[in-house]
Parts: sequence; C-alpha cells; structure tokens
Amino acid sequence: MSSANFTFLVYGLTVAWLILFVYVALLAGRDRRLRREIEQLKQMLQQYKRS
Amino acid sequence: MKDKLLYAACLLAAWLVLANLSVILLVLPDEAEQGAIYRIIFFHVPAAWSAFLGFLVAALASVAYLVKRNLWFDALAVSVTEVGLAFAVVNLVTGMIWGRIIWGIWWTWDARLTSMLVCALLYAGYLMLRRAVEEPAQRAKFSAVFSIFAFIDVPIVWFSIQWWRTQHPQPVFRGGGSMDPAMYKMMFANWVPLLLLFVVLSVVRLRQERARGEIDALRREAHAL
Repeated sequence: MSSANFTFLVYGLTVAWLILFVYVALLAGRDRRLRREIEQLKQMLQQYKRS
Repeated sequence: MKDKLLYAACLLAAWLVLANLSVILLVLPDEAEQGAIYRIIFFHVPAAWSAFLGFLVAALASVAYLVKRNLWFDALAVSVTEVGLAFAVVNLVTGMIWGRIIWGIWWTWDARLTSMLVCALLYAGYLMLRRAVEEPAQRAKFSAVFSIFAFIDVPIVWFSIQWWRTQHPQPVFRGGGSMDPAMYKMMFANWVPLLLLFVVLSVVRLRQERARGEIDALRREAHAL
C-alpha cells in the first residue's frame, strides 16, 4: 500500500502539471498562429492598396 | 511593461510552487489513514476553487455582456472559461488518482463526481458552441445565456456533499471533516500560485481574443476593398 501510495502521488502531481503545460503549449501555438494571420492580412491589405 | 508583469507573475508562481512542494513533500507528515496520497489534496482542491472562480467571473461577465452589449465582456467570459476548464480537468484527474488508492476504483457515479463531470462537460459545450456560431454578436449572446445556465451546476457541485450522501469526503472546512492547521494553511498557500497562474493564463487568452477581433476587422477591410 505504502509504495503504491507514493507512486500514485507522483502520478497525480505529474499529471496535474502535465495538463497545465499542455494547455500552455496549446495557448502558445494559437498565439503564433494568430500573429502570423494578422501579419499576412496586413501585408495583403498593403499590397492591395499599393496596386 | 505588461509582458514584464506577466513574466514576473509566472516566476513568482513557480517559486511559490517549488517552496510549497518542498513543505508538502518534506515537512508535512503523512496523513494517519491515507498515508502519502493525501498530499494530492493540495492541488486537487485549489484547482477546483480556481475553476469555480473562473466560472463565476464568466457568469458575471456574461450578465454584463447581455446588459451592456460590449464584446470585451464576452472575450473575458470565454478566456476565464477556457482556463477554468483546464483547472477543472486537473481537479477531476487528480481526484481519480486519489480515488484509485483510497477507494480502489478510478471512478464512481456519486453526486460530487458526477456533478463535477457534468460541470466540465457543460463548459466544454460552451467552447464548442462558440465555434459553431460565426457572427460575433450572435455568438456572444448565445454564449452568455449558455454560460449563465451552466453556472447553475457550480453550486450543485459545491453543496453536493452536504445535500446527498456521497462517497466523496465530507467538507473539511465548515463541515463534518477536520484537518491539521498546518495542512489547512498549506491548502490556501498552494492556492496562491495556482491563482497567479490562472490570472496570467486568462490575460494571455484575453489578448488572443483581442487579436481575433483585429483579424475580423482586417478581414472586413479586405472584403470592403
């Protein structure tokens, strides 16, 4: 019981932080995608206005 | 300036978590009946508090949107809901791991666990609903109404262990349970870094909603040209 008890505590703490890290990674990915999209739209509009 | 504040908050949260972890793992003794696994409560409970706080802010922001029709409130509601859902998942998963050792099962359909699962599914549904509606004002209106109704489940989760006989432990605070003062203090001490992280993630998410608004405006401009 005691060793399983400690092992599952480690699992619990690891999984808790893993979920938050995965969420942070998803946020970072979305952030990059949004910035890229804004840049592309701005460039497209500038090119259109010049032409 | 704002970025520096966010980084500082992240560093402070990381330092507090490490300091708390050292106390949780090295200073606090094992619980008499549960052994080492009880320590999961220092993340399980504050994660639930953070999630509920997020859902409360989302409900208030939704009411504010319906009254003022300002899309900033809608952006706030979706930001805190998404971060709150991540914390609700942490709460559910850590609870399951604790249950596997203490009850010998991963899951049981008792009132607390079931209502919390329903809560997480409701807010996941809220996020899916937003993807299904294109027009921003319509999306904000539907989402606000959904968020207010979804919040009804939060007090049900909170009071479920008092209203019904459940397998889940009785409330430690203001209830039938009890806890050593050092453990009691640590529960709140560990909520501070989790709450800091919650605020940082919500601010980052709110910025993304602003960026989405900018993209919508640029697209409208492109269509007009």
